[in-house]
Amino acid sequence: MPNLSPITVFLLVALAKTVIALGLLLTSVAYLTWFERKLVGRIQNRWGPSRVGPFGLLQPLADGLKFIFKEDITPPYVNKPLYLAAPLIALALALTSIAVIPFSPPVHLGGLQTALQVTDVNIGLLIILGITSIGLYGIALAGWASNSKYSLLGALRGSAQMVSYEVALGLSLVGVLILARSFSLQEIVTAQHGLRWGWLPNWNILTGCQLVAFLIYICAAFAETNRIPFDLPEAETELVAGYHTEYSSMKFAMFFMAEYANMFTVACLASILFFGGWTGPIFGFGPYSWQAGLLHVFWFALRIFFFLFLYVWIRGTLPRFRYDQLMSFCWKVLLPLSIANILVTALVVALRS
Amino acid sequence: MVPLGYYLALSAILFACGVAGFLIKRNIITIFMSIELMLNAVNLSFVAFAAHWHVLSGQVFVFFVMVVAAAESAVGLAIIIAVFRTRATLDVDRVDLLKL
Amino acid sequence: MIHYLLFFIFGALAVAGAVNLLAQKHPIASALSLIVVMGSLAAEYLLLGAEFVAIIQVIVYAGAIMVLFIFVIMLLNAGEEPRAGGSSRVAWMFGFPAMLAIGILLAWVLVKRDAANTSVPVGAMYGSPTLIAEQLFKPYLLPFEVTSVLVLIAIMGAVVLARKED
Repeated sequence: MPNLSPITVFLLVALAKTVIALGLLLTSVAYLTWFERKLVGRIQNRWGPSRVGPFGLLQPLADGLKFIFKEDITPPYVNKPLYLAAPLIALALALTSIAVIPFSPPVHLGGLQTALQVTDVNIGLLIILGITSIGLYGIALAGWASNSKYSLLGALRGSAQMVSYEVALGLSLVGVLILARSFSLQEIVTAQHGLRWGWLPNWNILTGCQLVAFLIYICAAFAETNRIPFDLPEAETELVAGYHTEYSSMKFAMFFMAEYANMFTVACLASILFFGGWTGPIFGFGPYSWQAGLLHVFWFALRIFFFLFLYVWIRGTLPRFRYDQLMSFCWKVLLPLSIANILVTALVVALRS
Repeated sequence: MVPLGYYLALSAILFACGVAGFLIKRNIITIFMSIELMLNAVNLSFVAFAAHWHVLSGQVFVFFVMVVAAAESAVGLAIIIAVFRTRATLDVDRVDLLKL
Repeated sequence: MIHYLLFFIFGALAVAGAVNLLAQKHPIASALSLIVVMGSLAAEYLLLGAEFVAIIQVIVYAGAIMVLFIFVIMLLNAGEEPRAGGSSRVAWMFGFPAMLAIGILLAWVLVKRDAANTSVPVGAMYGSPTLIAEQLFKPYLLPFEVTSVLVLIAIMGAVVLARKED
């Protein structure tokens, strides 16, 4: 191994981590579609994809090929620059959130010490909130550029919904921040390390008593990702297809992938903030060994899988909210609850210290 | 290390663009956006000075400027909507009399 | 070296966005240029070490205030500005070059004055949320509480002003 300067090592490691993270994310997004169709099918008492490959496992590949070969129709009356930019914005931002998600604590790999996280920023949680805020533009611009009634209405409703639930989302996280005393996601997970009374994990939802915040977060995150029961902006039976009515083939696939990547990010965040992230038993391996790193990734993946299962389960089971019910739920129920949660958490932490 | 003057120059250029937009444009909303551009330029010089003198007050003031800008744009846009409802135009040259 | 490069890239992006805001006829294009300006200013704040202010700029300014602008533009569906007639040509011929001259003069004065002496350290992040929170809750507590009342008044005002008369 030649002696490379620290800058070169840093760049190479960052590049490698980015490539691996992106590859894993894109594969997960593809197989999430398979998982959703299979699970929703089973909930609805049918098979789901089962023809292409064993258990339909090659279905995402077939879908990808279909999207590539489908005719890419650009209606003549659209605003071309914005029409092309909107799905790009949505997908690019959805894929960027993976950069601050910690998959394991620092690991020593042959003289190199690095956490399995593309970059640990001091304000990691705020960056994810910022990405969510900007991701709104993908929807708003898609609706505007499509130059059609249904798209514009869907986009306006979707944007109003996302802006409202962003407030509830942000406030529900403040309780976690008070307990962890840092915005950095790695430190939030490290604060949930260990066991209380020898058997109860120190997760924020258990000993941190953030159950209400967790429920608010789940509702707000479902609304942010435009999933059932909050998917009025893109519902098929309501607004044709909402803001992506006029999109076909690859651009529609980009919106699709952006939605699933957002789901993945929300699942990662929920497990980091409330369920202990990558913490879990490491069975006697050293804390910095690569085996411990892989075990941490495994525990994290288990939690992510649980949340994705919850997402698809709710999608298969619940009906959709009406738009005014949706907005009044946010402003009249979630917002006061989250503020009350902040008050109680702050009070308890202040009185205890 | 970028000298302080460069940041102030950038802030001055952006402020000048904001003033120009405020004077030239005829759409009320674009005039409003020029005001936001001016506020942003001022924010930049606040943060530059905060970094120069190693005092955090500049950044705290930027925080307050942002809050005030948010409040002002909410109320201003509500006024614009109300004006649009009565006058049916967003051209500031046509909204210059109290008489409808 | 890399600091100069980043400053100039984001500075040029910000100025390009600001000039585009003036040049575009449709308000939506101006709004999108303003979002580009705000994004590049957020990067400049990061260069100055103000990480909290930078991310708040993205979340609040570019992610909420500009969304409000875009909502209103879409709802009111205001079309393009028609090509200006008589009086506005005077503004174009004298006003805009005058502003350009003043802007360049100011910039030249500021650059000449401080180019050698002072410098802004880069990468030393001392605008961390903890430090800003300490400032907000100890010396600046009264302004902080007053701004919360201000925001409440603004919310009520906006709701009342934009309400349809039933």
